[in-house]
Amino acid sequence: MTVTATQEERRPAPAAAPSKRSGRRRVQYRTAPLMLGGISIVLFLIFFVWPGSLGLLYSFTDYSGVGTYEFVGLENYQNLFGDPTFYEALTRTLVFAALSVPLMYVMSLTIAALLVSNYTKGKAAAKIIFFFPWLISPIVAGVIWRWMFGESFGFVNYVITTLGADPLAWQTDADLALMVVVMAGTWGGTAFNMLLFIAALKNVPRAYYEAAELDGANGWQRFRHITLPCIAPTSFMVVLLSSLGAMKEFAMVQSLNGGGPGTSNTFLIQYIYETGFGKAQVGYASAVSMVLLVILLSIALLQLWVNRRRTV
Amino acid sequence: MSALTKTRPPATRKSRRTREAASAIPMSTFMWALAALYAFPLIWFLLSAFKPGSELFTYPLTILPEDPTTAGFEQAWDRFDFALYFSNTLAVAVTTTVLTVFASAMTGYALAKYQQYRWVKVFFVCLLATTMLPTEVILSPTFVVIRDLGMYNTMAGLVVPSILTATGVFMFRQFFVSIPDDLIEAARIDGAREVGIFFRIMLPMSRPIIMTLAIFSFQWRWNDYIWPLIVVGEQRKFTLQIALRSIVGAENIDWPLLLAASVLSILPLVLIYLVFQKYVMNEDLNAGLKD
Repeated sequence: MTVTATQEERRPAPAAAPSKRSGRRRVQYRTAPLMLGGISIVLFLIFFVWPGSLGLLYSFTDYSGVGTYEFVGLENYQNLFGDPTFYEALTRTLVFAALSVPLMYVMSLTIAALLVSNYTKGKAAAKIIFFFPWLISPIVAGVIWRWMFGESFGFVNYVITTLGADPLAWQTDADLALMVVVMAGTWGGTAFNMLLFIAALKNVPRAYYEAAELDGANGWQRFRHITLPCIAPTSFMVVLLSSLGAMKEFAMVQSLNGGGPGTSNTFLIQYIYETGFGKAQVGYASAVSMVLLVILLSIALLQLWVNRRRTV
Repeated sequence: MSALTKTRPPATRKSRRTREAASAIPMSTFMWALAALYAFPLIWFLLSAFKPGSELFTYPLTILPEDPTTAGFEQAWDRFDFALYFSNTLAVAVTTTVLTVFASAMTGYALAKYQQYRWVKVFFVCLLATTMLPTEVILSPTFVVIRDLGMYNTMAGLVVPSILTATGVFMFRQFFVSIPDDLIEAARIDGAREVGIFFRIMLPMSRPIIMTLAIFSFQWRWNDYIWPLIVVGEQRKFTLQIALRSIVGAENIDWPLLLAASVLSILPLVLIYLVFQKYVMNEDLNAGLKD
């Protein structure tokens, strides 16, 4: 019996470990994973478990970041749900996610499909171009799009006025400003999702397409009934990651419009940052954090559930 | 999407060719139109960085700078302390990357090859759960932890908390799971110690993963904004992203300086990308990772 096989067997029936020797071996290996994984366990405890628990604790206190704090029960949460600025930040973040996730999905899938297609020329060069925004930091991406969409000397407004129309208020109109954020976010996030889709598309068995074509399926039917089901796990991944990413959007908006005009495009993370650090309401900010955490978890669980149901 | 099919039913050579050309032209045009759309903001930004301040704000705008200048870059170097922020960022990014690669490789190996222990599996699930609990969500408590550890405003504060990433560990775990156990058994029979097996046999084998994670980690740290934002308070210790943000946040944005400094800030990543392209764009490795 090879040792590999013993290890396989050990899991379901540890009592069945046949000889004394293999039992001794198991003891011998006990320290190795601890030595190898030890650093990560410590880091995990210090930088995830500790702040996570502190956050939960602070959300029930009036902590201001320094000195002592008192427990205030659910007061922070009560204030939170009666606070219009919180709802504004929450709805703005959700609107942003609802706009940017579908756009991100469509753009990454379209570009990936073009990059694996047999009909397109110059794929290698195009792939480099499409991937380039991945290198750009969110702060610089914000700068680039702010520069493009400047109200008086931006390129886009220049083109609009040259064509004879009135310049648009890309920075002073809240909704137009949000559109710019959506575009910039999609521009920056496409590259990575595109890579995921390219890998998935390359793995769809060719034979399926051949069979479908013999049966007379047209391009759209093949895409709808073969490609989409085959890449469903990747679609799930992309939608999940981009919705979590959208809910956490912060850095790019900081340089793009600072959450403006005014506070109209303040997203949740910025709200947490401003209440926690700007106003030193750590307790209150922690309560917002917990709400955001619940939202992120629900998004993940909801999508997991949809994904499960579809595959069953 | 017809683009995805490789083989078509038998057709005469001529009709196949015309069909191919009929599809190739619109599809290629569409792809390159999209590519132009993605490239344009970047090109406009690059070219603008070479325009003098007066040209940035006069109509009509021109695509190419009429009077190209490097004044913005000189200003970034002299007045903006670019070299200082650049070296700060480089130090943080390099240190964290080295540590991330080692910690992730070791942890990934432990998670892949010692699955017979329950705690190993539990820890793996915990790590995956951290993707749900990103720094952004626990900003203020993280700050308190950093402060209580005495890491506020230090290099350690920038480096240590960023070492552990679920993505990095996951990449290595997936790789080591695919390595057959026989190899380890053979080494064990030859009398190698567990940790020795990892460092002498497994780590060298995982070179492609090391490269990919190193590049990813460097990019994460180089472009990171939120950690430096909460850890660093003193201007001398700013990283590039924070420093750039301080220009954008000013009452009157100094655009020539901002554009030039931003262009300079992306150069290291562009260089790395061009040299190590095959590691970055290896789709098989990328599946399932994102910071």
